[in-house]
Amino acid sequence: MAEPPVERLVSGVLEADGEAIAEALATVEDTRGDTLPRQRELLGRLEAETPREHSIVGLTGPPGAGKSTLAGALIRLWLERGAGVGMVAVDPSSRHSGGALLGDRARLRFAAEDRVFVRSMAARDQLGGLAPATRGAAAVLRAAYPWTIVETVGVGQSEVDVATLADSVVLVLQPGSGDTLQFMKAGILEIPDVLVVHKWDLGAVAERTRADLESMLALQSVSGKLDWSPPVVGASAETGHAVAQVADAVEAHRQHLEIGDALGERRARGRVAWAMERFEQRYGALGLERVGGREAAERSVREAAGTALDAFSSLATRAGLES
Amino acid sequence: MPDRPWIIRTYAGHSTAEASNRLYRENLAKGQTGLSIAFDLPTQTGYDADDPLALGEVGKVGVPIGSITDMDALLEAIPLDQMNTSMTINATACWMLALYIAVAERRGVSRASLKGTTQNDIIKEYLSRGTYIFPPAGSLKLVTDMIEFTVDEVPNWNPVNISSYHLQEVGATPVQEIAFALANAIAILDGVNVPEERFPAVFGRISFFCNAGIRFVEELCKLRAFTGLWDRLGRERYGVDDPKMRRFRYGVQVNSLGLTEAQPENNIARIIIEALGVTLSKDARCRSLQLPAWNEAMGLPRPWDQQLSLRMQQILAYETDLLEYADIFDGSPVIERKVAEISDAAWQEVERILEQGGAVEAVESGYMKRRLVESNARRIAAIESGEQIVVGVNRFQETEESPLTEGGGSRVLTVDDSAERTQLERLRAHRASRNAAEVDAALHGLRDALSNGANAMPPSIRCAEAGVTTGEWAATAREVLGEYRAPTGIEAPLRLAGHDSDFESVRRRIAEVSDRLGRRLKLLVGKPGLDGHSSGAEQIAIFARDAGFEVVYEGIRLTPDEIVLSAQQEGVHLIGLSILSGSHLTLVPQILERVNVPVVVGGIIPEEDAADLRAKGVAAVYTPRDYDVQRIVREMVEVAARAHGVG
Repeated sequence: MAEPPVERLVSGVLEADGEAIAEALATVEDTRGDTLPRQRELLGRLEAETPREHSIVGLTGPPGAGKSTLAGALIRLWLERGAGVGMVAVDPSSRHSGGALLGDRARLRFAAEDRVFVRSMAARDQLGGLAPATRGAAAVLRAAYPWTIVETVGVGQSEVDVATLADSVVLVLQPGSGDTLQFMKAGILEIPDVLVVHKWDLGAVAERTRADLESMLALQSVSGKLDWSPPVVGASAETGHAVAQVADAVEAHRQHLEIGDALGERRARGRVAWAMERFEQRYGALGLERVGGREAAERSVREAAGTALDAFSSLATRAGLES
Repeated sequence: MPDRPWIIRTYAGHSTAEASNRLYRENLAKGQTGLSIAFDLPTQTGYDADDPLALGEVGKVGVPIGSITDMDALLEAIPLDQMNTSMTINATACWMLALYIAVAERRGVSRASLKGTTQNDIIKEYLSRGTYIFPPAGSLKLVTDMIEFTVDEVPNWNPVNISSYHLQEVGATPVQEIAFALANAIAILDGVNVPEERFPAVFGRISFFCNAGIRFVEELCKLRAFTGLWDRLGRERYGVDDPKMRRFRYGVQVNSLGLTEAQPENNIARIIIEALGVTLSKDARCRSLQLPAWNEAMGLPRPWDQQLSLRMQQILAYETDLLEYADIFDGSPVIERKVAEISDAAWQEVERILEQGGAVEAVESGYMKRRLVESNARRIAAIESGEQIVVGVNRFQETEESPLTEGGGSRVLTVDDSAERTQLERLRAHRASRNAAEVDAALHGLRDALSNGANAMPPSIRCAEAGVTTGEWAATAREVLGEYRAPTGIEAPLRLAGHDSDFESVRRRIAEVSDRLGRRLKLLVGKPGLDGHSSGAEQIAIFARDAGFEVVYEGIRLTPDEIVLSAQQEGVHLIGLSILSGSHLTLVPQILERVNVPVVVGGIIPEEDAADLRAKGVAAVYTPRDYDVQRIVREMVEVAARAHGVG
């Protein structure tokens, strides 16, 4: 099959055309070495055309917290508010065989005419709960829709990683599971911008979890590290309780990022993380050594022009690894 | 004095109410002593024949019953005060019983004289059969409504027929069959709300529907164990003093899972042996029996095929001396030991489920489904490895050409599309003939009852009399009770011993093809239509994943639109469709024409239809003959590789 010209893909994606989005996603997922120029061209042109207000929301938390169900409820709500939604569902399964079962769609049923595009991916062996192509896929969907949800699973590293990809991070917790203590220990509570105590219909145990979280967050703000106080929302996607409040909290955080250049800084950090991730995946520690270590590499990425992939490419060229 | 024979039935129904009524009368004339009604999938899942989801499914796996008009035609000239009627109906059981009562009363037959059974076992629908509609709480409320209603109003009716049958069909072991059925019974009985003195009568009306497989000695022991445990449950948990009320009453359909498409005449022997397992032991003998047809793995049986199964029962009941003896196993230490072993293991599993909060919780958490999927994967692996012998399939495959299947045709009944058209016309005529105000008032009454927790039976009977349709009744109930999607059971990783080494070569091939494609081979497993038999789709999904595919599986009851959309959004390289209801010729082309990746199809598909599908562009068709799942997965890799130019 002949590949459609990048020009056509770009205009199709911007119009949220399903076929164009599917083709663009296949392009950014392609791991063959010779597709890099096409990926750079596609992502460069999409980035230039993507409205600044389009936003990526990270939705993360431990298994069984009901993230997919909540994602489904948020998507329906944003559709009602007139905004189309893209979603990347990252499945954590990593198996010897390389196979994976992607079952999230089962909880996300939409009609063909809805402005929704959901792509599932397997995280494989990558640390941090993202799949190798998650960042590229999220960039494509962000070009198409006002909201893009990236769902990851995990307790720990995945929150840190999704924070370098999303404008806002929503941490979803199951009441009474003991996760809160673990999060506090791991220092994870500094990451999320919105916390959701899900399955709110469980009653007393859910209220207790919220109280625990609030007191821990209060300690953090006393230490003066936060200029945004992450709200803790008790919600239940099953009953529809407070889903609107979750969406409102995300939108409020998005507004908050407009103060100063918080948004620009956050996205710049994300660009560095993406370029570095791609570089390390491909060239590993040896590659880093050849460009004078991590700090030097990050500096070089920050100074390079263009998208994360352009920066990756120029770093690779500098290291004499790619021309 | 010889024992009375069990009720002799044949599970039947197709096309239209008239055609099914003709079939029933013929079967009764041949000596069948009870009716067993098979409903089509729109009726079972609460859709009218003109609903988009019903397309291609009307009259296929059973009879369409859209209103009192259809029920009346179905029962034409059948003496309802004498007949013992079993209905395989679950999510809409309350509605079908209402229609049955309304037809009887219209003919002057009192509801108190009606005898029969509604299957009405929703938990096994979540686990295996897939024709559930509502979430567990609302579904169980309807079940207990029927129990509380019938115990006084229709005292000879079995309102619930707890079905371990379908659990065995998806791979349950004898221990799981007993344990899950008992946990299910506990979930129902714990929710029943009747005056204390009526409870023993309620307990006494709970009946079971069991399976009987080819390991017939173990099956006989299973039923003796079942009998003992049910008695114990009644005594210990529910304080039922009257031993008559604690009798384990069950009907049987013998195993269909083990019937083979290869050398299909061998199934005749299997069916008879399986029937022995549930009739030999007098103390654990079934109350009613239906035998499948020898050619069931190939499609819908013809009247002659069903007659053969009926004659097998009659020979067993009337020709042999089986019914002349007391229990011939009493005092056998071998049998006793085996019964004790099964009972102990089953009781432990019941306790494990109760510790988790009971059957409903174990459905919602996916525990029971996972255990079943696991057992089935083990069973398939044992057949593939030859550890479990299936004559004519993995041993002794050499065969003469069978005169029974000669000429290439698979010799099964096909339901022609005119049945669907006839049903649509009937529905339109029925809608035109009724009083709209009465219909509205009746539906209003139903909505009220469901909302405020009143018994749903009386307003459903009123709906039946007013001419409400099946789709209208179910839509109203959906509005109030909600709709449910059950866990697929394959979310959690499953490890099978011995499975890895066999798979190494296909794994390497998938890795190689994926590298050449630039991304991991991705497969969409889809179940279009209303058919809920998902275990084939589940096993393909698991094996394909273990072989290295990325597999997208969304569970049952998807429209072709949804499957096309998922295939596009997920960027899959290949689509596998599973359809067991016989509607493949309608559903598959609707998907095939709108995707640009290859499609393979699995299901109960006669050879003529398979040829037709292949001619339309389906890359491969798999039927029950293809028991080797590994080979299927291997072929799917090559189909995808070729289609994407890396073959």
